[in-house]
Amino acid sequence: MNYTIDLSLKPTTFDLWHVCLAGTVVVLALVLITVLLSVLFAMMRCKKNHSSQSTPANLVAAEPIVKVIEKIVEVEKLVPAPIPEPVILKEATPDAALQLLGLLQKNARFIDFIQEDIASYSDADVGVAARVVHEGCKKAVHEHFTLAPIRTELEGNKVTLPAGFDAASVRLTGNIVGSAPFTGTLVHKGWQVTDVRLAKLTQTHNANIVAPAEVEL
Amino acid sequence: MNFGDQQITSSNTQRYSVGIDLGTTHCVLSYAPITNGADEEFVQQVMAIPQLFSPGLVENSFQLPSFIYQAHPSELAEGSTSLPWTLKPQYLLGEIARSLGSKTPIRLVSSAKSWLCHAGVDCKAPILPAEAPEEVERISPFQATTAYLAHLKEAWLSLHPDAPLENQDLVITVPASFDPAARDLTVEAARSVGLGQAILLEEPQAALYSWIEKSQGDWRKQAQCGDVILVVDVGGGTTDLSLIAVTEDQGSLTLTRIAVGDHILLGGDNMDLALAYTVKVKLDQEGKPIEPWQLQALTHSCRDAKEKLFTNTELESVPLVIANRGSSLMAGNIRTELTRTELANVLVEGFFPWVSSADRPISRPRTGLRTAGLPYAQDAAITRHLAGFLSKQSQAAQEMSGINPPQNASFIHPTAVLFNGGVLKAHPLAERLMAVLNSWLSTEQAPSARLLSGADLDLAVARGAAYYGHVRQGKGIRIKGGTAAAYYVGIESAMPAVPGFAPEVVALCVAPFGMEEGTREELPSDEFGLVVGEPVRFRFFASTTRREDKVGSRLEYWSNDELDELTELDITLPEEGRSAGMVVPVHLCSAITEVGTLELHAISQKDHSQWKIEFDVRAGE
Repeated sequence: MNYTIDLSLKPTTFDLWHVCLAGTVVVLALVLITVLLSVLFAMMRCKKNHSSQSTPANLVAAEPIVKVIEKIVEVEKLVPAPIPEPVILKEATPDAALQLLGLLQKNARFIDFIQEDIASYSDADVGVAARVVHEGCKKAVHEHFTLAPIRTELEGNKVTLPAGFDAASVRLTGNIVGSAPFTGTLVHKGWQVTDVRLAKLTQTHNANIVAPAEVEL
Repeated sequence: MNFGDQQITSSNTQRYSVGIDLGTTHCVLSYAPITNGADEEFVQQVMAIPQLFSPGLVENSFQLPSFIYQAHPSELAEGSTSLPWTLKPQYLLGEIARSLGSKTPIRLVSSAKSWLCHAGVDCKAPILPAEAPEEVERISPFQATTAYLAHLKEAWLSLHPDAPLENQDLVITVPASFDPAARDLTVEAARSVGLGQAILLEEPQAALYSWIEKSQGDWRKQAQCGDVILVVDVGGGTTDLSLIAVTEDQGSLTLTRIAVGDHILLGGDNMDLALAYTVKVKLDQEGKPIEPWQLQALTHSCRDAKEKLFTNTELESVPLVIANRGSSLMAGNIRTELTRTELANVLVEGFFPWVSSADRPISRPRTGLRTAGLPYAQDAAITRHLAGFLSKQSQAAQEMSGINPPQNASFIHPTAVLFNGGVLKAHPLAERLMAVLNSWLSTEQAPSARLLSGADLDLAVARGAAYYGHVRQGKGIRIKGGTAAAYYVGIESAMPAVPGFAPEVVALCVAPFGMEEGTREELPSDEFGLVVGEPVRFRFFASTTRREDKVGSRLEYWSNDELDELTELDITLPEEGRSAGMVVPVHLCSAITEVGTLELHAISQKDHSQWKIEFDVRAGE
């Protein structure tokens, strides 16, 4: 058999084989376009993720794409909320508290008084002891603190609080509605300590001992 | 010691005028910045003195209790006595001493100041606490005084690190009745802690200065020419009386202290104790005897109850509770009360009774078997002491021009009264004292004395002392007066000895009454022969009434209440260039230093060398 190649020759009729060949070419071309498009989309989303955040969560980008997208959504939600400051509560120093207990015991027998079961004693006995405690507490407190009332008005009188009053030194109760100025009845005039004169402690002082045991020789 | 080094040292760092009230029961320090302008306001404050209140606790208080506690070595934990300026202070003093001492009195040093003026003891010998058992370490009254001053000095430095007390003008107050030896010891104590610049001021004068300062110039309206101001100072442990005359000199008022009273050991503490004993007797009668520790607690509650009754006139009685010592507060308490009637009976009638101006303090002869202790006043009636003082000083204002007492006056008539001391804060006591005084005045047809108002009875002495530093800069009126007594040395007269009789003593005046600070007097004619190398002792006398005696006056006879015998004088001539046993002729010379102490010297006629005559603090041996 002898084959000759003549490129100028044009087919005049399409047989079944030629139709099948053309159909296959069209299908393959469509598949190629789809794959290329999907890759292009994926790359675009990936880029967006990179530019918006650089948290360690992103380091997992190497993993399957679907997972990465889920994480990204979570992180995006957190971004607008401010990170809360850690709340630091003031630590009450035990030394000053123990010192006050010691003072109240020394001057007023305060701890003796509260440690005793007063149920078995008559009111008269309790009254006698209360005098000792009252007198001594008064002395101890007045020697070491200067007390002043917060409000100078008489209790029971009407008081008007302007806008921006100090909510720490005046507490509102009852029918709190509307806006300042508030007018109400002064129930308690309040107390504030204007000066504290607590003793200084020596290095070795054990403040836990609020009343030493006493031994008479 | 020479005259020159007594002058106030002035330097550029000097910034404050400081006054120290070295009290029998409390010390107070007041200070004011020294200003250069003549008319600038005098602003002073009282220092809050850091001190131990209990082991391990340091607090500030305006008053430093004058007590020292000689703790047992195992009594206090290591390190529990540190102060802001030292880890281990030499002495425990202040509030902690008082509170520890109230439970262990055998270890408590108190009233050191009163011992300084006690002629019968050696003030530099370790004698306090007087009642302590052998093993307790004792200290001398002089050491105690030094310790209080040292504490004040350190406390000042801790609060003013750039202005040490050594560089400030310093005035220390002493009772007007302090004798020359006690004044000398006070100055010596100050010098031993580096406060050599300190000068002395009498407490009643300080009280008057404080009153002048507080009146802000208004005092010229309250006091007039011709006034005789009686200053009554009833403190915690002593009562001090002074008279100050107001006269006019070239159109301006002058103040002259004309008389001071005796040293009376009687004060507020006696009153609290008297109340406690009254309540004790009441409890005894109710069948509730109390123990010594309870008396202590009772004295405390009586003091509080007294103050309550005096300030609140509506109260009829104040309940007193002596709490049980154990931890149970309910069982075993003793409850009683102090009534207004008891208070009036004990304090008003006991200490300020109605007496006549002719009454005198009652003194019983001391029993032979008296334990060595302070010569406490035997008569508790302050009004009788006052009557005695005013009568004794009936001639005190004689030489003051402008003061014309009636001829027949049996006592000097005060026209104004200034109170000082915490006791007289109680109105009933102050009113009674004024009423008694005015009753004496009205029996002699004299006008009533008025009470000078506006005094701060607790802190006036320290405040007045700080103001005195200001006055010394020429910025206010100064109280004149000089010495409040004339001083004499006793010389055995050259008479043949009569068996059974002590040789007669002649008193030779060496310093006249009212001798001013910074002056000296010599006795030119009287010569003594002093033996080189051998101690020579003189008897030493003072008189608060003999105003007319000049230097060199010889008294051959005097009545008992005219002259008081003080500590002996002691002189030993060193052998420098002389042979032992040689007799050196000398004459005496007296001087009042700028500080306010009396100095006596023996001066050799030949070479003008001089030797100081010491107050013999060992006279009691």
